[in-house]
Amino acid sequence: MDKAIEIKNISLTIEGRSILEDVSFDVREAEIACLLGPSGCGKTTLLRSIAGLEIQDEGEVWVKGVLFSDLTHHLPVEQRHIGMVFQDYALFPHMNVRDNIVFGLKNYNTKMSIQRLDELVTLFSLEKHINKYPHSLSGGQQQRVALARAMAPRPGVLLLDEPFASLDIELREQIARELRLILKLDGITTIMVSHNQLEAFAMADIIGVMNDGHLLQWDNAFDLYHKPKTEVVAGFIGEGVFISGEVINNKEVKTEIGVIQSAATHQTVIGKKVRVLIRPDDILHDDNSDMAARVVDKAFRGAEFLYTLQLESGLRILSLVPSHHDHPINEPIGIRLEIDHLVIFDEK
Amino acid sequence: MIKYIHLLIFLFTLQSANAAEVNIYSARKEALIKPLLDQFSKETGIAVNIVTGKADTLLKRLEAENRNTPADILLTVDVARLVRAKEKALFQQIDSKLLNQVIPKNYRDDDKQWFGLSLRSRVIIYAPDRVDKNDLSSYMDLANEKWINRICVRSSSNVYNQSLVAAMIANYGLLKVERWGRGLVSNFARPPKGGDRDQIKAIAAGVCDVGLVNNYYLAGMLESSQKSDVVAAKKIRLFWPDQSTHGVHMNVSGAGILKSAKNKKEAIQLLEFLVGDFAQQWYADTNYEYSINSKLENSSVLKSWGKFKADELNLDLLGQHNIDALMLMDRVGWK
Amino acid sequence: MTRWNSLLVFISLLFSIPLAIVFGSLFFPEYEVWEHLRATVLIDYIGNSFALLIGVGFFSLLIGVIPAWLVTMYRFPLSRQLEWALLLPMSVPAYIIAYTYTGALDVAGPLQVTLREITGWQYRDYWFPEVRSLGGAIAMLSLVLYPYIYLLARAAFIEQSVCVLEVSRTLGCNAFGGFRRVALPLARPAIMVGLSLVVMETLADYGTVQYFGVSTFTTGIFRTWFGLGNSLAAAQMSALLLVFVAVFLYLEKRSRKQARYHHTSSRYSSLMQQRLTKGHGVIALIICAAPLSFGFIVPVSLLINWAIDTYLDVLGKDFYLLFFNSLFLAFITSMLAVGIALFMAYSNRNNQSLLNKIMVRLVSMGYAIPGTVIAVGVLIPFAWFDNSLDNFLIENFNISSGLLISGTVFILVFAYLVRFLAVSINTIEAALVKIKPVMDEVAKTTGMHTINILRSIHMPMMRGSLLTASLLVFVDVLKELPATLILRPFNFNTLAVRTYELANEELLAEAAVPALAIVIVGIIPVIIISNSISRSRPGHG
Repeated sequence: MDKAIEIKNISLTIEGRSILEDVSFDVREAEIACLLGPSGCGKTTLLRSIAGLEIQDEGEVWVKGVLFSDLTHHLPVEQRHIGMVFQDYALFPHMNVRDNIVFGLKNYNTKMSIQRLDELVTLFSLEKHINKYPHSLSGGQQQRVALARAMAPRPGVLLLDEPFASLDIELREQIARELRLILKLDGITTIMVSHNQLEAFAMADIIGVMNDGHLLQWDNAFDLYHKPKTEVVAGFIGEGVFISGEVINNKEVKTEIGVIQSAATHQTVIGKKVRVLIRPDDILHDDNSDMAARVVDKAFRGAEFLYTLQLESGLRILSLVPSHHDHPINEPIGIRLEIDHLVIFDEK
Repeated sequence: MIKYIHLLIFLFTLQSANAAEVNIYSARKEALIKPLLDQFSKETGIAVNIVTGKADTLLKRLEAENRNTPADILLTVDVARLVRAKEKALFQQIDSKLLNQVIPKNYRDDDKQWFGLSLRSRVIIYAPDRVDKNDLSSYMDLANEKWINRICVRSSSNVYNQSLVAAMIANYGLLKVERWGRGLVSNFARPPKGGDRDQIKAIAAGVCDVGLVNNYYLAGMLESSQKSDVVAAKKIRLFWPDQSTHGVHMNVSGAGILKSAKNKKEAIQLLEFLVGDFAQQWYADTNYEYSINSKLENSSVLKSWGKFKADELNLDLLGQHNIDALMLMDRVGWK
Repeated sequence: MTRWNSLLVFISLLFSIPLAIVFGSLFFPEYEVWEHLRATVLIDYIGNSFALLIGVGFFSLLIGVIPAWLVTMYRFPLSRQLEWALLLPMSVPAYIIAYTYTGALDVAGPLQVTLREITGWQYRDYWFPEVRSLGGAIAMLSLVLYPYIYLLARAAFIEQSVCVLEVSRTLGCNAFGGFRRVALPLARPAIMVGLSLVVMETLADYGTVQYFGVSTFTTGIFRTWFGLGNSLAAAQMSALLLVFVAVFLYLEKRSRKQARYHHTSSRYSSLMQQRLTKGHGVIALIICAAPLSFGFIVPVSLLINWAIDTYLDVLGKDFYLLFFNSLFLAFITSMLAVGIALFMAYSNRNNQSLLNKIMVRLVSMGYAIPGTVIAVGVLIPFAWFDNSLDNFLIENFNISSGLLISGTVFILVFAYLVRFLAVSINTIEAALVKIKPVMDEVAKTTGMHTINILRSIHMPMMRGSLLTASLLVFVDVLKELPATLILRPFNFNTLAVRTYELANEELLAEAAVPALAIVIVGIIPVIIISNSISRSRPGHG
């Protein structure tokens, strides 16, 4: 597939503070990408510089083979033909839903614009709200209007800045899945920005993890979780703890919870000190196991408990256990290791 | 209780507790009367308090304040407003030998309620380089077609114009004056604007050739400290209209003592001072008005214009025809 | 709460007395005078007033809104200085700018005289714009009134969420499109408040149009009242004027329908002023400098030029008294105006009954009434009260109180309040609306009393608006002429009165000194207002 968006070595400094440093990635046609990272990591700024609302100091932005900006040339925002949804939607308060949606359709004739409006209203189920003003809409409705407005002129790419941040937490994942369907149906190339990995997993084909102005990893959700390239990514994606270990051979690492075996090969010098990522799903509850750990904390998650367990050495690890195994705090329980993807980083 | 009310009233009326004073509501601007009043205070020890304003609003204030008004004297710059005050029964009769002696009969009220204090005439002015003096004759003649697009005059809201038209109504009757008014308005070189000095300047600048102004404005400009005023005024000549008929339209600035005056004695004293030689000379020298006392010398500018025949119409009629005049001017489109 | 309410009603009624007198006149039709007016001058009055309103409205919007947008959104040479300097013409009274331009540009003024001397032309040989005309009146009033629109438009632009502008750009609007389709409609309520102030000031103006010989509805009121001596018909004309204003305000409000203008966005990214290129910067500078130059720099330079010749004659002990009187009245009135407006707006917030709403609207109508009409409307009831009290005291205690209130500074301040409360109420109401009711509720849950909430929560949050309200009233009182002229006590002059008396005698050079004094005193609050607005947005200025 073609590259729809190419970001080449973008750096940006605002008032002496480095916001983006040498960020590069590609997004393919009709792909949904997500920039994921804690607040202040530069992801929104990156999105804004793709839109043209910020101007980078270095690097190039290409969209569909068109150079949007480089050192000397910056296509004005209004000529980039992008659609953008802002974090709080920024609907025009002085216009009703209809006028908000058709705002960008000034080059359409009346018939075409009515047709496009109808399509979007149907797509986002806004039939009942077409004459309402933004202040009388719920958060979810406002978001749909904002999306419809951004998509109305059939933009080349769609940029979404924290599209779910203003919604109720319970609704987020469901709406994210619905939105993904709509976007896929439309086949529009999308970049969204989020600090919430569950949203990112639900929405995106590909995710870029950002921290401190750097793009750390550009991968799909599975690989980010199971094959994080840096400790920061590993720490940010999913839950888990690092424990120390020593490489025995190319398939085994010795740790205080035993020798960990992995099918995956890894090239490491034997005898080298390393840190191993232990995910909660790597630790299984097994009453028959020799190894025991004491429950120090537990969180009920419906189907599972997330137990925080303390080993004799004082080391704490996490474990996901089916919720019919309800153990009180301080009770020792048996545990067993089962690791498919061994994630190892060098000891610093 | 009564004691407190007394105290309260004493506090409120503290300022009026002064011994000798006289209070004036004046339509004449403060700068044009204050020096005289200061002189009066110096000579008599009587303090003079003054509020200036437009004659009409001062009348309104007097009506509202009624018998408790602090004012003793109403001073105006036109007879029409004096007559209106008299009609509203605001004045009282004053028997002052001196006032009756000095002021000619037609410049004071028959019922001794108001008195003229200075005289002014409303004259025709023209640009000698564009107007043959022999073409000018009377106010009536200004409606003649030969003056089309050549006349400048101020708005009909101005009381001097109202009084001139009122005098003409008294002299010629409403119908004739209305026809005249239409003719005059169609001869205007521009819509009426500005004051009398503006008309003088406009003629000097060539906007129009003929105008109607009070004579002291022209004198004032001739004697002005501002060079541009003098230059403009020198391009202008004065013409005495109606010399073979009724005579030049005259008006007075004047005053009456209010019915409720609390300082009647001082008020009379002030009026007598204002018709006295010192004050009259001051009017003549500073404001270039004609003295109400015909025995006194006029200023040299006024003398240079020579003697003229003045309309001896009873000024009371100017007041009586004031509203007729205004409505007439509305009808003929004199803005 | 009920005590508050009855106090509100009492205060409102008190300040509506002059209005009641104006409207009361409608019950006594004066057919004869109306017939005369209809047959002669009424068409002229209405036509000119309309032309004046539309002209002043259009031009003050043009030179108020566009510079407000430019200085808020862009950086260009002198843009920082223009931010406050554009307010300066506010301190110049309309009649003074009219006198100055006439003095300079009239057919007999120095410019045209020199022109004729150099070229040898006669008056009829060339075309020159006539200052004293309807067009001239529109220009003069626009030049000194546009700051009301500029002030409010700029405040609105500064408060605007940048996000909606950015959205519009992503949807294909260029900078101008974003301004026209998003920023302007969003600032519309604020701009309309400014425009309604301009409209009301224009309708109430007497000095400028009278001097320029333009017969408007307002000069007609005076002519009918004082010339024809018919106060009833005049009051009826004033009432019609008010009805017109009320209809205008109502239509404006209705045309907004249910659209709301408070921002859906609660995020305020700081306003990034875009630096303009050199060429564009110069154009922006010219656009912004034009109203400032013609509304302030040119007339004030002329005044200074005249004042140099005459200041020695005009300054003196007497002059400092004028200065003090003007300052004193302006200060007292502005403090009271803010206090009363705060009380009224606040009562209205706590108890939004129809009665309260009507009361507040009623009190803010006074702005559209010419000062003279208000003065007489104040004069009549107070004199009546004084005389009745006097009668009563004489009959019962044999004491005469004379005129207790009439002819004192008190009545003058009262008249100012009737005329200018609209300014402070509008400003403070607008500020109060922005404070969400949730704030009150939070405060109440901590057990605070209403008055304490006002003092410790609302007042600090509204400090900028309170300041603006008081300074606007301050400047207005400083410039006020007709009511002062009618109601002042003996020997009591103000700068405005002195300016008027001298200018009216066509002593423009002498009038320049007190006129300059008004401008100088007026500048200070204008600069304070501007600073407080710049600071009203976090992260800006």
